[in-house]
Amino acid sequence: MKARDFLLEVGVEEIPDRMIGAALEDSRRLFLEVFPGIEVETHATPRRLVLAVRQIPVKEPDRREVVTGPPVSAGENAAAGFARKMGVEVGQLKRAKTPKGEYYSYKRKVKGRRTPDVLSENLPKIILGIAWPKAMTWAGGSGPRFIRPIRWLVALYGGKVVPFEIAGVKSDRYSYGHRRLAAERRIRVADFESLREGLRRNFVLLDREERRRRILETAQPARVRPNEALLDALINLTEYPTAIAGRFDSEFLSLPEEVLVTVMQHHQKYFSVEDEAGRLAPQFVAVMNIDADPDGAVRHGHERVLRARFNDARFFWETDQKRPLAARVDDLRQVSFHAKLGSYYEKTQRNMERVKQLGGSAAAVRAAELAKCDLTTELVKEFTELEGVVGGLYARAQGEPEAVWGAIYDHHEPVPRTVEGQIVALADRLDTLEGFFRLGLMPTGSKDPFALRRAAFGVVRILVEGRHAFAIPPELREFVLERARHYFREVRGHRYDEVNAVLAAGWDSLTDAADRLEAVSQVRPTDNFEPLAASFKRIRNILRQANWDSDAAAQPDDLEPGPERELYDAAQNVSQRTRGVGYREALEGIASLRPRVDLFFDKVLVMSPDEHLRRNRLAFLSQMLREFSTIAEFSEIVIPGES
Amino acid sequence: MNFQDLVFELKRYWARQGCLIQEPYDVEVGAGTMCPETFLRVLGPQPYRVAYVQPSRRPADGRYGDNPNRLYKHMQLQVILKPAPDDVVELYLKSLEAIGIDLKRHDLKLEEDNWEAPTLGAWGIGWQVMLDGLEITQFTYFQQCGGLELAVVPAELTYGLERIAAFLQDVDSVYDLRWNDQWSYRAVRFQEELQFSRYNFEKADVAGLRATLDLYEAECRRLLEDGAAPLAAYDQVLKCSHLFNLLDSRGAISVTERAAVIARVRALAVGVAQAWVKQP
Repeated sequence: MKARDFLLEVGVEEIPDRMIGAALEDSRRLFLEVFPGIEVETHATPRRLVLAVRQIPVKEPDRREVVTGPPVSAGENAAAGFARKMGVEVGQLKRAKTPKGEYYSYKRKVKGRRTPDVLSENLPKIILGIAWPKAMTWAGGSGPRFIRPIRWLVALYGGKVVPFEIAGVKSDRYSYGHRRLAAERRIRVADFESLREGLRRNFVLLDREERRRRILETAQPARVRPNEALLDALINLTEYPTAIAGRFDSEFLSLPEEVLVTVMQHHQKYFSVEDEAGRLAPQFVAVMNIDADPDGAVRHGHERVLRARFNDARFFWETDQKRPLAARVDDLRQVSFHAKLGSYYEKTQRNMERVKQLGGSAAAVRAAELAKCDLTTELVKEFTELEGVVGGLYARAQGEPEAVWGAIYDHHEPVPRTVEGQIVALADRLDTLEGFFRLGLMPTGSKDPFALRRAAFGVVRILVEGRHAFAIPPELREFVLERARHYFREVRGHRYDEVNAVLAAGWDSLTDAADRLEAVSQVRPTDNFEPLAASFKRIRNILRQANWDSDAAAQPDDLEPGPERELYDAAQNVSQRTRGVGYREALEGIASLRPRVDLFFDKVLVMSPDEHLRRNRLAFLSQMLREFSTIAEFSEIVIPGES
Repeated sequence: MNFQDLVFELKRYWARQGCLIQEPYDVEVGAGTMCPETFLRVLGPQPYRVAYVQPSRRPADGRYGDNPNRLYKHMQLQVILKPAPDDVVELYLKSLEAIGIDLKRHDLKLEEDNWEAPTLGAWGIGWQVMLDGLEITQFTYFQQCGGLELAVVPAELTYGLERIAAFLQDVDSVYDLRWNDQWSYRAVRFQEELQFSRYNFEKADVAGLRATLDLYEAECRRLLEDGAAPLAAYDQVLKCSHLFNLLDSRGAISVTERAAVIARVRALAVGVAQAWVKQP
């Protein structure tokens, strides 16, 4: 069948940069729901979403469709009515038996619709079906919702306009170039190539890779500190990006680098620049949405803004120091943590108590005392993303020892670098989790307004990566366990059945569980491991079928000589040999039992008719299973080919 | 371009776009949005276009005239276009050209920035307009006001006049701005910044402010019950809002009290909005 290309451009007022990627994915998915298996290319700038679609057949294939009519029991009139509706004689109807009884049915031919018609009907749904984090109306309450107002629509199938309309905007063949640099009032479009070239003539680079290259090339030769997230944002904020380098007074370098970099990168969207030794240089790189800055006016403007920002930061830095952190503990009574969980002063008291319970040093307790005080500083009110860091910097400037200021500085990090930092962060997160759980405000579904999943994930990482053996409070165990599974699978890359096996064997200490998991992953590929796991699963099944729940010890002397007694002796031997060795050797020792286990199952009938023999045998198997399941619950291991 | 010429040019430009040119409202407000010309006019179906300069008071932002960029009171030029025309962004860009900014030689970006005023039950979707890295305007499509969905969506443009003037005059401190050719911004406003900072942070009588807040709140409630004068009731809301800001800058509002006072003011604002749309 003949096929033609399709082009869609949705012209929008400036779309927030962070939303563009997901919107393109969404529009591609929605388009493919209507035209499965078609090749869809997506592009975007802040002002347009573009779908370039290759070769859609000119019409849908004809198909046959079975229409179910009235039940046969409804009588002849109903049948005649149904036949009339289908445009046939009653005799041409079929009868179909269904669980609900016998029904008339008719298999009719459905002609495939023309593709332009399908497009006309579906494009508004596809466009308006894109999910946005926060949509708006612009044509009044009953009008469509989109991220920003839609201002033009290009929709061409085989070069012809596909007619449709959204909020009074009719699809057409005209696109628009750069808001300020475009040479043509509007761009007549025939197909994707002519759109791309027309836009290029009018200072819009449609391809994000091209915009990326242009930013990196024009940023030369400044030694820009790489920042992928910022680069991404700038690609999505510009249609014709050009980087320019500016300078700031080197006297600002006396301010903490963290503050300077935050102002530049987060607030001003500038790249920071370093000198040859890798130190922060008094320079920055801004990315404009125009082609050049011939007289330096833009650079001059950016330098002026940055100077004002740095002056502000210096003012805050100096003002805050007039009142040391230690004097601010009491001020935390005025900072609410949560209406029902009290102020940060109360949280601080709880955190300090918990740091002591966790065995934290005096430095850790001091760090917990001061950790939240930066919430009362002007600098953190201005740069909220520097919470913790600013406290650390002030603590250092105010003469606190490194163990204290480092812990404060780090305590919002996923895993603080020092033990003190880890204990302070752990105490803080556990307190948060316990508090919200007590109020019943745990996350549900995708809703997690207090970021409790992140807090629990942080707890897992600190325990495992900081190698702390603390147990999780009982009420949080289930919630933390879920995060631990996620961590072991997604971050550590362990197989899910290994994670299940290890956690099922207990996880009072997550760092210990991590070690066991590491050992299981290492021993798993060896020859004996999976067969032995299969045998352990068999033992578990036997015990279950026998309703065996006793932990009585087996009488060694009553075991039958031969494979049974030999297995017992071998198990005893492994158990003695592996006492006190690492998990890996222990697992290898256990795996070495495999030939004897196989032989046992080969030669010995567990469910012996002799009750004493049987019970002793079950007791032995149960004992072996218990003893060798402290590292991992082998029965959780999934063996390929096993149903 | 001096400060007053900047104001003249912008007003003239928006007058040409069919805006009624209003004068500043004579009750203290924290932002031009709070003036009845915006807060009440955006409600209901009636088209409206208005532009006015509004001195906006934010007691906690005062810095005793020390900080080159932060002011207790700054000037906003507020434009309401209801309904928002299709070419509203172009109209805005042309207003910048009207004050002499060559947009082919300057970097301009519209960056996501949604606006919300909890005390007014109002929010909108929009951008901050960044000119060579400087935020010069808040651009908002109003979605809700006084807790009511807006049947006709207006565009609100709020120009930060001091910032734009500092850009045009290329000065680092607002106090160095030329207001006209004889007077500097410092000469006109420095004492006001200094003295009101003293008042807002040190001198204001907390007990008196609290009592006054209660009085205005009671007056507003009485007027809302009566129903004959929603405009007068709205003045009381503005008074309450400003008194709350003063108490806040005096450090007199505790954590728990804060949310409660905001809720009180919001309830009044919502009441006025409802009374306003109900009036014949």
